[in-house]
Amino acid sequence: MNETQIISAIVEHKPGVLYKVSNLFRRRNYNIESISVGAAEIEGTARVTITVNENEQKTEQVIKQLNKLVEVIKVSRLDASNMVAREMALVKVHIANPSARSDIVQYANIFRSRIVDVSPDSMTIEVTGDSSKIDALIELMKGFGLKEIARTGITALARGARSTKLEE
Amino acid sequence: MFGISGGAVIPFFDELYHETEIRNILVRHEQCAAHMADGFARASGRPGVCVATSGPGATNLTTGIANAYMDSIPVVALTGQVSCRPVPGSSYLVGTDAFQEADTVGIMTPVTKYCTQVRSAEEIPPTIKEAFHIASTGRTGPVLIDIPVDTQRDELDFNYPRNLDLRGYKPPQKTPHPLQIKKAAEMLKEAERPMILSGGGTIISGAAKELTELAEFLMTPVTTSLMGKGSIPEDHPLSLGVIGMHGTTEGMRTTLETDLIMAVGLRFSDRTTCKIPLFKRDAKIIHIDIDSAEIGKNIETDIPIVADAKMALKAIYKELSKTTSKRKKSAWYDRIEELRQSVAEEKEEEEGLKVPRMLKELRKIVPRDAIICTEVGQNQSWTAIYFDIYKPRTFITSGGLGTMGFGFPAALGAKVARPDTPVLDIAGDGSFNMTNQELATSNFHDIPVVVIILNNRMLGMVAQWQRLFYGRRYSGVDLGTVPDFVKLAESYGAHGTRVGSYKEVGKAVKEALKSDTTTVIDVPISMEDNVYPMVPAGKGFDEIVTG
Repeated sequence: MNETQIISAIVEHKPGVLYKVSNLFRRRNYNIESISVGAAEIEGTARVTITVNENEQKTEQVIKQLNKLVEVIKVSRLDASNMVAREMALVKVHIANPSARSDIVQYANIFRSRIVDVSPDSMTIEVTGDSSKIDALIELMKGFGLKEIARTGITALARGARSTKLEE
Repeated sequence: MFGISGGAVIPFFDELYHETEIRNILVRHEQCAAHMADGFARASGRPGVCVATSGPGATNLTTGIANAYMDSIPVVALTGQVSCRPVPGSSYLVGTDAFQEADTVGIMTPVTKYCTQVRSAEEIPPTIKEAFHIASTGRTGPVLIDIPVDTQRDELDFNYPRNLDLRGYKPPQKTPHPLQIKKAAEMLKEAERPMILSGGGTIISGAAKELTELAEFLMTPVTTSLMGKGSIPEDHPLSLGVIGMHGTTEGMRTTLETDLIMAVGLRFSDRTTCKIPLFKRDAKIIHIDIDSAEIGKNIETDIPIVADAKMALKAIYKELSKTTSKRKKSAWYDRIEELRQSVAEEKEEEEGLKVPRMLKELRKIVPRDAIICTEVGQNQSWTAIYFDIYKPRTFITSGGLGTMGFGFPAALGAKVARPDTPVLDIAGDGSFNMTNQELATSNFHDIPVVVIILNNRMLGMVAQWQRLFYGRRYSGVDLGTVPDFVKLAESYGAHGTRVGSYKEVGKAVKEALKSDTTTVIDVPISMEDNVYPMVPAGKGFDEIVTG
């Protein structure tokens, strides 16, 4: 049975490493749902957070194959019941009439999101949360007319003292 | 070191001008440089080195590197690259589509264990050290370093680092987990009809002796994958030869009856298992491999053991000998003998020169420790089934990638590694035509080998499939005018001869083995001959076709 799994990897922060990680998925016939990358806590390393939708056997294979990449320093699978996973999205909405403006502000408040840009005929909302919350806000904004969406993909960490950090 | 020069490696080759310790063998096509380094590594157990220039040099290497990758062979490849640092007024620079630029790291990433590009001369010594370390430890494999030409020109105080800084490289522990060994020993003791299936990992790890000892202790038959051929002397009473799409009937019938398969150093490739449910049936599986990613990849395992094959086999032997003594012949052993006998009786003598008999007669002539290479196709499958191999590292074949044209350059590489050992390439005309320009390398560098061409003027294996499964529609397999291989050999300064009977083949090979020049023996055979036994695609070992 396929389910969404989040894999967190610490990799060398060097040119070409993201290519090697993403190429491995392509070559082994695994799908990436989302991927996000940024510098990690130790200098010279980056954290790659990859969301996959695969069965247990395939997920296990992904992790083992990732571990074999020389540039991958550590890989772990995050436990869905014990992690914080967030995504950020910027949603630009079309403003057809002035009354739409206040409705959008109200919705944005309900979603604890913020208006980060306004122009005569558009507003841009910044929203953070789990993916379903972002999906819901986007669904709601469709009624007003979506202009553009940019989503970061999921980034995540294990809760509490459990860490996916490098042991020094 | 096997390679070809070119624009982006001139400074590198310039340094070799006065070099005396490194033997620099100039090949005629980069693919063959990789195959020779590969053959060198397979024959010696030490990493082979190949060199090519940027662009076409590097892309030509690709097939050879992919071949080494599929069979886990330690090869270190060095490629030149266009400059990586801008020079005012010049656009000869990485990323600008400069002359002979190709994205070598991009191309090679999926077919190497590791590949990287250096960006300064300072990075070269540690990267070279890392390359040899990565290529030859854990699950061995090819490593490529892409070296921009400007970094080759830089000068620096040479300092070969003592220690490696590779925080991301973590080959598995060589020693097996004691608990898994205990469980495996227990399972082996309880099994009534156990079988060992040995792969290339046994050979790479140097575990052939341990494997044979364990088999003798348990009185267990041993089958091998194509890559595992040579794990046990094939005239050993417990050896049942190669199993798979083309393998021995006795080996495959045994697999159908076994209740426990102990697989050592192999990845359960589709060519070995054929249809998995029929391969496995109800048998339990112990799987020993150094690469944890191979465990459970293709087949479910009852007892996984991630370890070096030699250490795991030693540990299992030790564990077993604590509680049991060497087994005597059992009902299972008698059954194996019965299977072997029944297969021997099925075989009939055929008219004309037939490859199986020719190979069996050749076996009596060729020294026991000679290295046998094959190309890919019918020649490979016939050799796998009918030519017994007695020692590890004396059977060299392209198992995973199935690269036609591999055998001849690999034979040259093997001969460089083991100059005092006779080296033979059992070839087909189709395969030999893909790399026969290396006759020039063989002649120029005095690397004498023996090439036996099973010449059917066809791409024989594909023709066999078309004959059996595609209504004899021979499409894209008739090679028409095949060169006169005798003249071809002579034009390169090699010996050439054409023979037509078992006796003549024997005589030609005997003479060739004495020669200090490469000999090409052209053996015309029928276009209609099929390799049997075979398991048709999508079928299992129960549907083996014996002819």
